[in-house]
Amino acid sequence: MAKEIYANIPEGDLKDKWSNYKAQAKLVSPNNRKKMEIIVVGTGLAGASAAASLAEMGYQIKAFCFQDSARRAHSVAAQGGVNAMKNYQNDGDSVYRMFYDTLKGGDFRSREANTYRLAECSASLIDQAVAQGVPFGREYSGYLKNRSFGGVQVSRTFYARGQTGQQLLLGSYQALMRQKENGKVSMYTRHEMLELVVVDGKAKGIIARNLDTGKIERHGAHAVVLATGGFGKIYYLSTLAMGCNASAIWRAHKKGSWMANPSWTQIHPTSLPQSGPYQSKLTLMSESLRNDGRIWVPKAQDDQRPPHEIPEEERDYYLERKYPSFGNLAPRDIASRAAKEQIDAGKGVGALKNAVYLDFKDAIKECGKETIAERYGNLFSMYEKITGINAYKEPMKISPSAHFSMGGLWVDYDLMTNIPGLFAIGEANFSDHGANRLGANSLLQACVDGYYIAPYTLQNYLSDQIQVAKTDVSTEEFYQAEKQALQQLEEFVSCKGNKTSEEFHRELGKILYDKCGLSRSDEGLQEAIKKIQQLREEFKENLLVPGDVEDINSELEKAGRVSDYMELAELMCLDALTREESCGAHFRKEFQTEDGEALRNDEKFSFTSAWEWSGNPQNPILNKEPLTFEFVQPTQRSYK
Amino acid sequence: MKIHLKIWRQKNQHTKGEMQDYTLTEVDEEMSFLEMLDMLNLELAKKGECPVEFDHDCREGICGQCGVMINGIAHGPLKNTTTCQLHMRSFKDGDTIYIEPFKVKSFPVIRDLKVDRSGLDEIIAAGGYVSVNTGQAPEANSILVSHEEAESAFDAAACIGCGACVATCKNASAALFTGAKIAQFARLPQGKKESAERTLSMVERMEELSFGHCTNTEACQVECPQDISVLTIAEMIYEYNKAKLKK
Repeated sequence: MAKEIYANIPEGDLKDKWSNYKAQAKLVSPNNRKKMEIIVVGTGLAGASAAASLAEMGYQIKAFCFQDSARRAHSVAAQGGVNAMKNYQNDGDSVYRMFYDTLKGGDFRSREANTYRLAECSASLIDQAVAQGVPFGREYSGYLKNRSFGGVQVSRTFYARGQTGQQLLLGSYQALMRQKENGKVSMYTRHEMLELVVVDGKAKGIIARNLDTGKIERHGAHAVVLATGGFGKIYYLSTLAMGCNASAIWRAHKKGSWMANPSWTQIHPTSLPQSGPYQSKLTLMSESLRNDGRIWVPKAQDDQRPPHEIPEEERDYYLERKYPSFGNLAPRDIASRAAKEQIDAGKGVGALKNAVYLDFKDAIKECGKETIAERYGNLFSMYEKITGINAYKEPMKISPSAHFSMGGLWVDYDLMTNIPGLFAIGEANFSDHGANRLGANSLLQACVDGYYIAPYTLQNYLSDQIQVAKTDVSTEEFYQAEKQALQQLEEFVSCKGNKTSEEFHRELGKILYDKCGLSRSDEGLQEAIKKIQQLREEFKENLLVPGDVEDINSELEKAGRVSDYMELAELMCLDALTREESCGAHFRKEFQTEDGEALRNDEKFSFTSAWEWSGNPQNPILNKEPLTFEFVQPTQRSYK
Repeated sequence: MKIHLKIWRQKNQHTKGEMQDYTLTEVDEEMSFLEMLDMLNLELAKKGECPVEFDHDCREGICGQCGVMINGIAHGPLKNTTTCQLHMRSFKDGDTIYIEPFKVKSFPVIRDLKVDRSGLDEIIAAGGYVSVNTGQAPEANSILVSHEEAESAFDAAACIGCGACVATCKNASAALFTGAKIAQFARLPQGKKESAERTLSMVERMEELSFGHCTNTEACQVECPQDISVLTIAEMIYEYNKAKLKK
């Protein structure tokens, strides 16, 4: 039965909600904190910052990651920057404006209260990161520098060259290592979560596999935090790391946790185009490049001339033409769709005609090569390493690529899922970005969730768990969860078919990208669902995993992840199919304005879809959380 | 392209490893080095053999998880490049490529090309941070950092922790890794109060973990994907002596 959902938003005016929450949140005294254990899965910005902050408060933390070190989580790859409302530029910024930009950027499909809180907490994050020694860009005077990102008209993005994610992550990783040294954090690297353990309706632990030995382990705690990132890798070709996966949140979903807006995936406009069938990933080129780079395609179809031979009047700077007030800094969903439109119209450039130009000629002329090199030097050298092309001399070729999951586990205002004691933070939840995330808001959300929200809300939850003894991992619930995990692994290995999980993954990714990517349609989605169901059947019968369960086995790791993708992919299609409107990154061909922009239907679809697992991936239950706008009137989004 | 491979295969740290020969006949020069290994692993899997285990994740040169010795050079022939950013256009048809793990005492082999680099985490845990709790930070612009200070701190902070410096050093020294972190903080106003303690603790941890002494050959910088300067090692020694004198 479908349910109406409530998010436990505190009372009061928008600007008072979080203060009211903090004033009334329940506490745990220091001597009780040390008796309580918290499991944090994932050590990216959200996971590491939450784990470190909770450990500083006195809780005992068990931190898990599948990489060989916490410092490698994929937050490390974020390039361009992190947004924060400091108004150092005196250019008209305010918490309200940042909130409004984010809400509008998300096409009015996120919660007002969550989005406001994100903007409200943003300034503290910069203070924290600077105190940790994050080397942000500085003016010659020593003050912090800013740049601009897509979808806004102020400069509120802080950055550390093109490695902002790395530097912020190292800040939180070092904070985590400090707590490890203090004995407050136990690290479980090269561990993958396989199951969530729920006891009497509450999240009480996880089953994990030690990837170095293949051994299955049981871990209990008073609460479990999932900070396992996004699942854009489901498209196979994406900007994500090879190991990024949906498994932790999907396994939690199958234990009862709802999945919200799973089909909302951001396709990033500026990644490197695919160059061949063997390709394993697409490298992102930071959106910050759009501050100075101009995007264009030749006006004529199939123009074979090299870019420097195409005169100005034969170039179409289509973003500047279509969106004069935001130009090359139009939000990502719009920039990606516009690129696809040009490529589909036969104006794509490069060997496979799957790219558009990002040109720095004018910027170099205006500010000099040195300035451009200081702003984006590492991106230009990365571009040259991968493509062999010097972008100071000729334009970059870029193309849209799957990037960020706006969807994720449904959480309430406390970032707690519908399973008490199970929290989801960072990209793993759905909460702040609506149907499209603005650039540089991802690092922000991960940090704000981890440093500033989880410490309050987890403690609020734990306050009535003080009397609860340490979780006993020898109970029936743990035994059953472990058995289930092991059984699945054994099925993979004993299948002995002909196709590796990677081959299945590529096929699945292609179906999704074509039918549930940049644009979707009723017909296409129906077709995709059929194909996914067939592929899933084939996966069960024809999977090839060499090696053993109780051993190092990277093929087995992949099989588990792909198996989850096979189910999630269908849910993404169902979510896209049932949402008969276009909003943000979700573009249904049937629902567009006369000039081809997304056409929302607020009357019918102003809600968050929160899907419930029914035991069968073909028949999930759709619960709805109505989105009410008390403080802002949703408008037709325009960047013209 | 046809490529001959000689790859180190080793079951675990307690067994002996050996080089094994493989040949790939359809390598494309646009492939990345790791995609070439993917191709080999697909062939092995199809034959029912265990794929070559190797570490990798982001495949864009920033996570630091990949890293092997390619023809005896950490991360291969290109300067300032991680293994994942190396492309097959750097090799030619008929080449033989030797691939080995970062094989040093302080990085025990886990399987094939995978090694245990947790020692690097331990060095950071010993003091590679500013001891500031969440919530203690003052207003960001109250700590002024000049443009030059910020840029030079960044140069040191850019380390990706791949361990190529250790793997390439005759003494398996982690001096460049440790020096980079110490220099980052030495070049910034933040965390000055604890700089002596940080330096002593990190350097001592490095020695406890059986990383060797710096050889002064500067091989580490040559192989460093981020081109971290060996001057950071000099700064570490300076900071260390300063801290010792204070004590």
